[in-house]
Amino acid sequence: MPSETNDRFREDIEEARKLGAKIGRKVTLMEVCGTHTVAICKSGLREILPPEIRLVSGPGCPVCVSTQGYIDACIELASRPEVTVATYGDMLRVPGTRGSLAEARAEGGGVLIVYSALDAVRYAAEHPDRKVVFVAVGFETSAPATALAVKMANEERIENFSALFSHKRIIPAMMALLAAPDLSIDAFICPGHVSVIIGPESYAPVAASGRPCVVSGFEAADVARAVRMILAQIAAGESRVENEYVRAVKPGGNTEAQKLFAQVFQISDENWRGIGVIPESGFTPAKKYARFDARAAHGIEVHEVPEPRGCRCGEVVRGAIDPEECRLFASACNPVHPVGPCMVSREGSCSAHYKYRRQAAKASEG
Amino acid sequence: MCLAVPGRIESIEEKVAVVDIEGNRIKAMVSLVPEAAVGDWVLVHAGLAVTLMTEEEAQETLGLMREKYAVGDE
Repeated sequence: MPSETNDRFREDIEEARKLGAKIGRKVTLMEVCGTHTVAICKSGLREILPPEIRLVSGPGCPVCVSTQGYIDACIELASRPEVTVATYGDMLRVPGTRGSLAEARAEGGGVLIVYSALDAVRYAAEHPDRKVVFVAVGFETSAPATALAVKMANEERIENFSALFSHKRIIPAMMALLAAPDLSIDAFICPGHVSVIIGPESYAPVAASGRPCVVSGFEAADVARAVRMILAQIAAGESRVENEYVRAVKPGGNTEAQKLFAQVFQISDENWRGIGVIPESGFTPAKKYARFDARAAHGIEVHEVPEPRGCRCGEVVRGAIDPEECRLFASACNPVHPVGPCMVSREGSCSAHYKYRRQAAKASEG
Repeated sequence: MCLAVPGRIESIEEKVAVVDIEGNRIKAMVSLVPEAAVGDWVLVHAGLAVTLMTEEEAQETLGLMREKYAVGDE
């Protein structure tokens, strides 16, 4: 399809190839956003770029980075007769140790799919006889809606609302990955909508470690431009924060959202599937709002639970292996019978690889 | 999960805006963009407007979302 955008896309790919040749060694660019994972797989960008430019997916899918113990706690809550678990649809089919939220619902458990934390708090207000627990997953993009929901519940005294917190902060995770001896990440394609909230300046500590950081939008043309910008930095021996997604990401981010975080949340340690506990990598309610924490409100505990047998989602989440390297991939684990979360979530690496890369392989065989 | 889509504000009542996103009308809170007014373009994620955009920025995003890409002979 001839168009201005396509010309820009081709030019960026061409320039990336030239820069790759100039750099003259293998470089690994990691994205940490499920929407980027899908955009890269769908556009075939990985295959279009020369093999020396390696694109890997890190811990960017909120569903995938949630631990098995967290999923189990959600399912346990759904089995309690007085509880309605309100969740984003993405979490529904993730297998816990026994069953999933979808199965809990089929067995009569209270599970409600919501589009926003705000819908969950409104549902709680309208159903005072139910104890509504919101499944609070996601990065800084989704966290403001949860913060606002908690604030509303406090102001309007909606005491039958709480949230099971597993919100994640991306920068501590990026720093943790840089410290891992088995990963060699040369640069980061930074998440666009997280950056709308936290602002591009937040990546300064990552860039200071010698890894260029470029905030990217979500279309293939955006990611191709971000790759080109990163390679230009590496070729010039630079490491800075740049913003490709200027149409949405403004300097300083959304200060109202940041104020809301400071008011409603406290920064806490968080457990990540495949990575473990990363200090200061999560949000939980501040003292004033502690009664909206489902752990306290419902006496629910999140236990350490081993991952399903043979499942390598933990390594996929860290970008340590490609989905194809897992023995279960596309055999025992597939979209109809997923074993791990990376195959369930539309934004999971395994799901995206299954859907788009296999398609591409078939097309090239045929 | 972090998908967000641009739309234009049609009305605002008590921090809740009706936003026209490609012909669909959805409700979004504008608490994070207090300066938002009727006619403004905003980026909406999970029932929340997360940033203001110019019409040009919004149209660029919508245009890219409709785009198909080709490098080879597809």
